[in-house]
Amino acid sequence: MSAAAASNKTGFDASAMVVAGLLGLGALWSLISAAAGADAAIRVHAWVIGAGFLAGLFMMARIYGDGGLDNDKTQYNENVIKAGVIASMFWGVAGLLVGVIIAFQLAFPALLSFDAFPQLNFGRLRPVHTSAVIFAFGGNVLIATSFYVVQRTCRTRIAGGIWPWFVFWGYQLFIVVAATGYLLGITQGKEYAEPEWYADLWLTLVWVAYLLVFLATLMRRKEPHLYVANWFYLAFIVTIAMLHVVNNLAMPASLFGARSYSAFAGVQDALTQWWYGHNAVGFFLTAGFLAIMYYFIPKRAERPVYSYRLSIIHFWALIFIYIWAGPHHLHYTALPEWAQTLGMTFSIMLWMPSWGGMINGLMTLSGAWDRLRTDPVIRMLVVSVAFYGMSTFEGPVMSVRAVNSLSHYTDWTIGHVHSGALGWVGFISFGAIYCLVPWLWKRAGMYSKALIEWHFWIATIGILLYITSMWVSGIMQGLMWRAYNSLGFLEYSFVQTVEAMHPYYIIRGLGGVLYLTGALLMVWNVYKTIKGDVREKDEAVKPQSAAIQQPAE
Amino acid sequence: MAEKTKKANPIWAWHKKVLEQNSIMLTGGVLVVVSIGGLVEIAPLFYLDETIEEVEGVRPYSPLALMGRDIYIREGCYTCHSQMVRPLRDEVERYGHYSLAAESMYDRPFQWGSKRTGPDLARVGGKYSDEWHRDHMRDPRSVVPESIMPPYAFLETTPLEVEVVEGRMRALTRLGTPYDELGRLENAVSDVYTQLDPFAADYDGFLERYPGAPVRDFDGNPDMVSELDALIAYLQILGTMVDFSTYEAEADENLR
Repeated sequence: MSAAAASNKTGFDASAMVVAGLLGLGALWSLISAAAGADAAIRVHAWVIGAGFLAGLFMMARIYGDGGLDNDKTQYNENVIKAGVIASMFWGVAGLLVGVIIAFQLAFPALLSFDAFPQLNFGRLRPVHTSAVIFAFGGNVLIATSFYVVQRTCRTRIAGGIWPWFVFWGYQLFIVVAATGYLLGITQGKEYAEPEWYADLWLTLVWVAYLLVFLATLMRRKEPHLYVANWFYLAFIVTIAMLHVVNNLAMPASLFGARSYSAFAGVQDALTQWWYGHNAVGFFLTAGFLAIMYYFIPKRAERPVYSYRLSIIHFWALIFIYIWAGPHHLHYTALPEWAQTLGMTFSIMLWMPSWGGMINGLMTLSGAWDRLRTDPVIRMLVVSVAFYGMSTFEGPVMSVRAVNSLSHYTDWTIGHVHSGALGWVGFISFGAIYCLVPWLWKRAGMYSKALIEWHFWIATIGILLYITSMWVSGIMQGLMWRAYNSLGFLEYSFVQTVEAMHPYYIIRGLGGVLYLTGALLMVWNVYKTIKGDVREKDEAVKPQSAAIQQPAE
Repeated sequence: MAEKTKKANPIWAWHKKVLEQNSIMLTGGVLVVVSIGGLVEIAPLFYLDETIEEVEGVRPYSPLALMGRDIYIREGCYTCHSQMVRPLRDEVERYGHYSLAAESMYDRPFQWGSKRTGPDLARVGGKYSDEWHRDHMRDPRSVVPESIMPPYAFLETTPLEVEVVEGRMRALTRLGTPYDELGRLENAVSDVYTQLDPFAADYDGFLERYPGAPVRDFDGNPDMVSELDALIAYLQILGTMVDFSTYEAEADENLR
């Protein structure tokens, strides 16, 4: 052991130099764009971006002035995961709050739209909401849990010195750049791929670093076997990289300007976008969160995964079939019918591997079903898998062209998305956070088990209000659009259908308020736990040491 | 275990040995498996001729309409409005002829949308007067009391960033939009002003470059080129480029 290793600090190594160089380049680009950018929007936005890069450089100066990062190979790196847990909760609350605001904007438009602040109009806030909950909340949960799971299942410290931290902070910077951009009206105008070219470029760097950190950690594993959760994380990281790069190919109008134009036009752009869009669901919100399921449910329930072979079959079937499903977003459009039919066919087939995952998750509870009654965290994890099963059944139904002719363009789609997002993604994330916090901060349990119960029930009622109101309003609107009177004329004008949705928009908003309330309870509970106020020991929480020399987990 | 009592399919052993113990093989396997669907579905759209109908009349947006389109995107109009009329009886009766792929062939990005919180806009061009659009943008509920759209009153007081249009058209040209034809690029900025003034010197030249484009002061304020000018110019051209009185949807070359 050399002296440097003995001090357990990295020192200012080559990796740190590369990161500092990237941040410096970013700061320089921001400065030029702020001073002489091609359009008014970038001249404002570049200040925000530049501040982010400078903050990064400042952070590095402080860390490396102090000898560098901790690098104790006998310990897991838990700090980056702690940061990820806190960031997840912050962005989760922010994203849900914006969601509640825009829900009420649709219910009470005159009250909640502001002439003087176009930044706060529905059209600009909606991408803030979707990006915040999917990419900021979901992304941070995925990065944090993947860093936890890959270390524990490989029995090795995460690779790469500064790189895991670069991934974490680089990702936060991407979120801030994207969200402030939307408020300023900077958007590519492609759903769930709104960030402009420079934010996309930055995310590409961060994502490649993420893939390399993950792979390098897998390669230094002390276990011969790659645990199933890691397959899903790997598929998520690799596929998102592919989707992100292809769908965001664009030509900037200026290298120091905000606007770019998609490399694809019209019908090709449409299918590329929904190939991306549906697989953001398939790989970001499904494969990634299935990885969470495969680690946290067996771990918390102390049961092995139900079926090893089922996990193999449904893994490969899921990732193969998902990619084909995009065209079901374009039924009856100008997309050639053969592509629509392929999309529909594969969407229906997708039902099977989806339920393969659900069965594998639920049946892992075999012999431990009583835990549903006693452990609200297990209940949250299991209900999330049930919601996964429900929305992956609803999805194939809606992908049938005849059903889609009614459901498309309506709130039914919004309801469907939220049963998956609130029920599956939200609950499995909350469950994972409730597992992680006592493990990471070495507490005997959460501050209050009762608050977890409250969180579970309030949020569940919130989800039910949300999805039932959207089913009703969506199907109602679809039927009203196609209703004819006895003389053979359209029965309703468009605006009559808008008027009819008003009560359902209020119910949906209330559902959102409940769900947000639940998340706030969690934040309070986690805050008290981290502070050390743990009322009683929770038998379900098994201490997880940060020291690596342990039997395989 | 099961493997010992029954003859197990060798694929399980292979999976365990090759994929589950080698992260590079696993990564490669994932990459191959997730590439297939996209290649089969998307790639043919770029070379199958029948993907886009051959119709007369579809041309690139005029510079003013292009700027209006950028405002449409900036404000996130696509989050509530689709631009894709489906070939369903009620939609065709409500909005007009179903949308053709050709009609969005210059749309980067496409704006077909996924949600109709408000009505479809694929054929909104010419449906309402400029005055109606002005009132509607200023205060949507003044013309449609039940509307839930936010007001966009600031558009008529915000000057349009005219000077950026040429750079944007150059970027689009690099991607294949024919702005390099007919002198469109050379007249990029002046065409913004020409489209706002029916008495402009280059009126005829402009209409040669952009046949069928409406030429008038859209926001009712000739003293300023506002963002509202651009947005209304864009809305008024939507869905009007193809002449459906002569388009034969059932003709052999248009069947897909």
